[in-house]
Amino acid sequence: MKIKMNGYRLDKSMEQSDEAEGLQIEIHGVHPMDGLLRTDRLPHIWCPGCGLGTALTCFLSALGKSGLNLDKVAVVSGIGCTGRVAGYVRLDSFHTTHGRAIPFATGLKLGNPELKVVVFSGDGDLVTIGGNHFIHAARRNMDITVICVNNFNYGMTGGQAGATTPIGGVTTTSPYGNYEYPFNVSALAAASGAVYVARWTVLHARRLERSILEALLKPGFSLVEIISPCPTGFGRRHKQREGLDTMRYYHEHGIIRHGADPRETDIGLGSVVIEGKFIDIDKPTFLEQRSRRLEQVFSR
Amino acid sequence: MSTFEALAGNEAVATAMRQIDPDVVAAYPITPQTSTVQKFADFVADGLVTTEFVTVESEHSAMSACVGASAAGARVMTATAANGLALMWEIVYIAASSRLPIVMSLVNRALSGPINIHCDHSDVMGMRDAGWIILFSENGQEAYDNLIQAVRIAEHPDVLLPVAVCQDGFITSHGMERVEIYDDADVKAFVGSYQPQWSLLDLQNPMTYGPLDFYDYYYEHKRQQVAAMEKAPEVILAVAAAFNRQFNRDYGMFESYRLGDAEVAVVVANSAAGTAKVVVDQLREEGLKVGLLKPRVFRPFPAQEMSAALRHVKAVAVMDRAISFGAMNNAGPLFLEIAAALALHGERMPIADYVFGLGGRDILPGEIESVYRDMFRAAESGRVEQMVTYLSVRE
Ligand SMILES: Cc1ncc(C[n+]2csc(CCOP(=O)(O)OP(=O)(O)O)c2C)c(N)n1
Ligand code: SF4
Ligand SMILES: [Mg+2]
Repeated sequence: MKIKMNGYRLDKSMEQSDEAEGLQIEIHGVHPMDGLLRTDRLPHIWCPGCGLGTALTCFLSALGKSGLNLDKVAVVSGIGCTGRVAGYVRLDSFHTTHGRAIPFATGLKLGNPELKVVVFSGDGDLVTIGGNHFIHAARRNMDITVICVNNFNYGMTGGQAGATTPIGGVTTTSPYGNYEYPFNVSALAAASGAVYVARWTVLHARRLERSILEALLKPGFSLVEIISPCPTGFGRRHKQREGLDTMRYYHEHGIIRHGADPRETDIGLGSVVIEGKFIDIDKPTFLEQRSRRLEQVFSR
Repeated sequence: MSTFEALAGNEAVATAMRQIDPDVVAAYPITPQTSTVQKFADFVADGLVTTEFVTVESEHSAMSACVGASAAGARVMTATAANGLALMWEIVYIAASSRLPIVMSLVNRALSGPINIHCDHSDVMGMRDAGWIILFSENGQEAYDNLIQAVRIAEHPDVLLPVAVCQDGFITSHGMERVEIYDDADVKAFVGSYQPQWSLLDLQNPMTYGPLDFYDYYYEHKRQQVAAMEKAPEVILAVAAAFNRQFNRDYGMFESYRLGDAEVAVVVANSAAGTAKVVVDQLREEGLKVGLLKPRVFRPFPAQEMSAALRHVKAVAVMDRAISFGAMNNAGPLFLEIAAALALHGERMPIADYVFGLGGRDILPGEIESVYRDMFRAAESGRVEQMVTYLSVRE
C-alpha cells in the first residue's frame, strides 16, 4: 500500500499491522464456519474460556439451517464483548452504540420489512442501558429476533455490576457483593409481550441452536437468552476461575423446564439455572397490527 | 505530610475523590474512565469515604442523579468519557443552567463513530457551549490537583457552575507516573465543606428547580450564566493562588513554558504538551528560541491573557486534537478560538493549525519539531504555507 503522508512521518505501529494481516491468513487456515465469518477480522478478542464463541457458533449454524436468504439477514449489535459479533459475521451488520441496537434494528426492519433482523448483544447493553428499548420492542411485537448473551456483568469494561448481576454478585463496582435486585431477562421479555422466549446455557449447545432456529423463523419479537461464562469479569470472582468451571456449574445446576412460568426462573448466585423454551405463542406483529388497523379504517 | 506515589491518572483522580469525600457519586462504566470509579467503589466498600455511590444504568441517569443530589444540597461528583458524555448531553446543560456545582472527571476519548476507545478531544469540545467550566490536565498530577481545585471553584457563591476536569484517555489515565498526594487533612481543609445556598431539602425555604421559563425570564437566566462565567476567572485564580501557596504549585489560567523570549510558539493542551516541552528543550539546545503555551482553563477562555502572552512571538501554531467540521477551513476548536482572540486583540502574526492524534494516533516529538520548523519559515516569510494541516494522516 502506498501511503502519502502529507509530508509527515507515519507512526511505525501502523506499518506493522499491515504486515500482520497477511500473516493472519497464513496462520488461520479454513474452519467450517469461515463462510459466515469475516476471517480477516480474526482472531477474535474474546478471552480463553469465554462462552461467546459457542454462542456465535450456535447462531451461525442455526442460521445455516434456517434456509433464510443470507442476503436478507442483518445482524445488529450494541457495544460490549458480545457486541463484537456484528463485526465478525460475514453478513450485513451494524455495530451501533451502547444500548441502542434495538431501536436501530426497529428502524432497519421498518425501512426494509423483507429483512430478517437479528439483534445480538449483551445483557448490559440490552436490559441495563438499553432496557427501555427492549421492553418497548417486545410490547410492540416488533418482528426481530433478539439474542441476549447474559454473563451477569459488563464484561467489556472490566466486570462491573449491571441490572442482571445477582444479589451477592462480586464485581469491580460491588466488591463486597451486589445488593440491588436484578432483572430476569427472560421474564422481562415475557412480561413485555414477547411471543417467543427461550433460555439456554452455552453448555446446552444443541438445544440452544434449535431455539435460535425457532426464534429466527418465528414472526414477532423473539428472545433467546444465552447464559454464558465470563471468567475474566465474573467467573473468577465466584470460584469459577476458568470457563470450564462455569460449564461444570451449568452441568450441575442446569434444569430443563419447558413451559416454565418465566416469573419462576430467577437466577441467583449459586442457584439452579432453569432453562428451556418458556414462551411460544402467536400474536400479530407490529406491521400486521398496523395493516389491520389501516384496513379497518379505510374499509369503513 | 504529602507522599509520592506511582499512580495512573485515574488512580490519582480516585484518590482526590477519596480525600474530597463527596456526598454522592453516580457513574456508569466507560473505558478509559472506568478504573477511576472502580477504585472509588473500593474506597466506598472499605468505608474510607462516606459517599453514597450509585451505579446507575446509563450516563443519562448518572448526570440526572447528580443533578438531583446537587439540587438537594449534596457535594456531587461523576466521571465519564466520550459516548458516556454524549449520552449525558441533555442533562449536561441542565446542570449548568440550574447552577449546580457538580464536578466531573472527563477522560478524553474519541467520540463514535466509528467506535474508538483512544484519546482525542472530540468529547470535551462538544460541551464547550454547555456552560461548564473546563480545565485541562497535562498529567496525573495536574488531574489530581485540578480536581481538588474544581470543587472550590464550582461551589464558590459567585460562580456556582459545574466543572469538568479533563485528562487524556489512556495516555494519562492509564500511564503510571509519580504523583504527589497531599495529606488527607490538608486536602479536606482546602476544599472545606459545601454550604448550599438553595437546597431542595431546606424545608423552611421551599423552592423549585427547572420550572417553565419562557420569553419572560429565560433570557435573564442565560445572562446570569454569563455573569457567573465572567466572575469565574477571578475565582479560578484565587483558588489557584491558595492552592499554590499551600501545596507549592504554580497554577494559573495557562502555563507558559520558555515562552518569554520565544520567537515562535506552539499552543497545545493536555498530555501532548508534555511531549512538546521535550521538543522545546531540544530545540533550545540547538539555540532556537521556541516556546509553549499550554491552556489549562478552556472555559472561561482567557482570550486577552493568552493574546498578551503570545504578543511578542513571530508565528503561532495551535495543535488541536479535534476537528470542528465545517468551521472556518475545517480547523480545530482551539485554533478557532485563539486565532479570533489574537486578531481581536490586534496581533497579526502568522498563525496555523495542526490537527493531530485523532482516535489515539500517537504524536511523536519529530512531528512537533516539524511544526516548530514550519513556524520559523512562517515567521520569516510573514505568512503560513497552509492554514490547517492534518498531521500524519493518510490522504
Ligand atoms: C454510552 C456508553 N456508555 C458506556 C460505554 C462503555 N461500555 C462499553 S461495553 C459496556 C458494557 C457491556 O456489557 P454487556 O452489554 O453486558 O456486554 P458484555 O461485554 O458483557 O458482553 C460499557 C459499559 C459505551 N460504549 N457507551
Ligand atoms: S471479558 Fe468476559 S465476556 Fe468479555 S471476552 Fe472476556 S470472558 Fe468473554
Ligand atoms: Mg454482559
